Amino acid sequence: MTNVLLIIFTITLLYLGIAHRLLTYIKILAFQGILLFGIAFIELIEIDLANLSFVLLETVIFKTIAIPLFLQYVMKRNRITRDAEPYLPNFMSLIIITLIIISTFLLSNTIPDARISKIYFVVALSTLFTGLFIIASRNKLITHVMGYLVIENGVFILSLAVGTEMPVLVNLGILLDIFASIFLLGIFVNRIGDVLRDVDVDQLSQLKD
Amino acid sequence: MTGLYLAGGFTIGGLLFFTRNRRYMFLLILGFLLLQTGFTIYEYAHLNTPELVFFTPDALAVLLLMVLSLISIPAFYHSRVFLISNRDHIRHRAIYFGAMVLLITSISAAYLANHIAVAWIFVEITTLSASALIYHRRNNRSLEGTWKYVFVCAISITLVFIGILFLSFSLPQAVANDLSFAALLKNADRLNLFWLRLAFIFIFTGFTAKLGLVPMFTAGIDAKDKAPSPAGALFSSALVNVGFVGIFRFYGVVAQTPLHSWVNTIILITAFLSVFVASVYILKVKNLKRLFAYSGVEHMGIVMLGIAAGGVGYYGAVLHIVCHALVKSSFFFQMGQVYRVYQSKNVYDVGDYFKYNLHGAIVLLLAFFSASAMPPSGLFISEFMIFRSLFEANHLLILAGVVLLLTVIIWAFAKNIFKLVFSPATGFNDKNLEIIKPVESLSQFVLLALAVYLGLNPPDVFVRLIEEAIHHLPR
Repeated sequence: MTNVLLIIFTITLLYLGIAHRLLTYIKILAFQGILLFGIAFIELIEIDLANLSFVLLETVIFKTIAIPLFLQYVMKRNRITRDAEPYLPNFMSLIIITLIIISTFLLSNTIPDARISKIYFVVALSTLFTGLFIIASRNKLITHVMGYLVIENGVFILSLAVGTEMPVLVNLGILLDIFASIFLLGIFVNRIGDVLRDVDVDQLSQLKD
Repeated sequence: MTGLYLAGGFTIGGLLFFTRNRRYMFLLILGFLLLQTGFTIYEYAHLNTPELVFFTPDALAVLLLMVLSLISIPAFYHSRVFLISNRDHIRHRAIYFGAMVLLITSISAAYLANHIAVAWIFVEITTLSASALIYHRRNNRSLEGTWKYVFVCAISITLVFIGILFLSFSLPQAVANDLSFAALLKNADRLNLFWLRLAFIFIFTGFTAKLGLVPMFTAGIDAKDKAPSPAGALFSSALVNVGFVGIFRFYGVVAQTPLHSWVNTIILITAFLSVFVASVYILKVKNLKRLFAYSGVEHMGIVMLGIAAGGVGYYGAVLHIVCHALVKSSFFFQMGQVYRVYQSKNVYDVGDYFKYNLHGAIVLLLAFFSASAMPPSGLFISEFMIFRSLFEANHLLILAGVVLLLTVIIWAFAKNIFKLVFSPATGFNDKNLEIIKPVESLSQFVLLALAVYLGLNPPDVFVRLIEEAIHHLPR
């Protein structure tokens, strides 16, 4: 069952590559939150109840509900246009993300021992690199934040791989998740919209040598 | 005591955020400085006694803690001068001081942490408090600097976390769940090399954002440029050392495994690239603060060369990191005065500094000679050791390349500094000029003199601390 959820998660990455509108990105992020809830529930069922409920609450309340709503609020408040404005055509993005998945798949075959199951490794690393790719290939600052959230989801999957032995690492990952996303989005809500109109990276190019 | 210190530091930091009275603010800061100094002395007296499970004042931590405490006193003094001359709103002043106290507390905790995940948490807090300092001026460009710093640091901190996860995969099943450096060192020969390799790549890349090495140095440059000068002094000395501590402690573990030579190659390449990138940018920059920041990238590259070469290079690297912190922070403290005289950081707008601020000009000249590692300076001694270790490790090509690049850097650095100090400023109106009091340069003289003293005639305590910090590394 975990494998099915992880594979669906990988498919959402491909969908992320061809999505046009920012609203679709937000929906994908929410859907990923639900998938992570399922994976965490199946995988961590053995750990103690307090920890488990903390992890599950984080995936449902924070990843699935709060962050998408917050992103929508930010978009509305800063009047961000709905297009994702990629530098590359979507077809190219799709090919690149596919290549990322294939190469992490090949890399996973070189792992000598199997302390963790390889599928976690493949999905987590491809999510990580897809997130980095989205940050690099999209023009708007808000899509950079979304790319960062995708990376966070990858980290969460990776931490689930050792979740039953070291639940504290899962909690640390969640700490990072909450801290960094609130911080990034907080700056966004409070400051960037007030100082800069229609936010994209071209406006952040005064500091250079 | 560590618990007391952390509680005290965070309480004072929190109180400062809400203080609107100048006198209380002053008293709180005074209290914090006393706490910081007392804590440093206490930790030195209790070397290697773990506290609160996760904090051990080992030699490296105590050494850097001393440097931090030493720099934090002038940092608060110059911040006060800066804020008074800027006539900032009292609320902004409160945020500034609160963030600075939080920054210093979390840096100290990150030095002391003996567990890689705990160190990681405090590094995260340094990002948070540093961003408040960068944003102090509240204009377009400081917002850009803050955003870039926060974003790059968020990514780098995530990379470190991924590295920690890989590290936990590399532990053998029997000793799992203990990620303290002591346990890692003890089980170094049983770590799984595949995961350890991945872990090193991620942790190293992540910490380069703080240390200012090649892959992620950019955010640090913007931060040091946009933050007020006293905060920039802390970023370019104490905060850089946090990155060094993170990499150095983990390197100590990896050095015990068969991956040692592979890791050395990686460090050698990034270090050389850092010196190269720094020399390219230093030729081009016209902003003095960014010039100093790029010189920091160069020096960290040299430190890492020492680590990669091994032997006497380890000693040289630790000595270099201490002396660099003293010299670079005095550069930034002085920069605040330069800005007050000319209202500009651009090389084209400044000049004839000798005429307007004699003591400041002498500080700049001395700091330049120190930073370019000319003989009386401590950096000369450490750089000499590092080059010797490169020679002994047979990295002759790298050595030649670095020496060549350093020549370029010294030339470009000197060109800008001499323009600031000697050539007349074009189009500068020196009517109603702000007179800088000589006493404001005192702290820089002390720091620079200390850098010379530690290099030429290091006290026994200092040598013993450095040797203890590197004793676990293979010769």
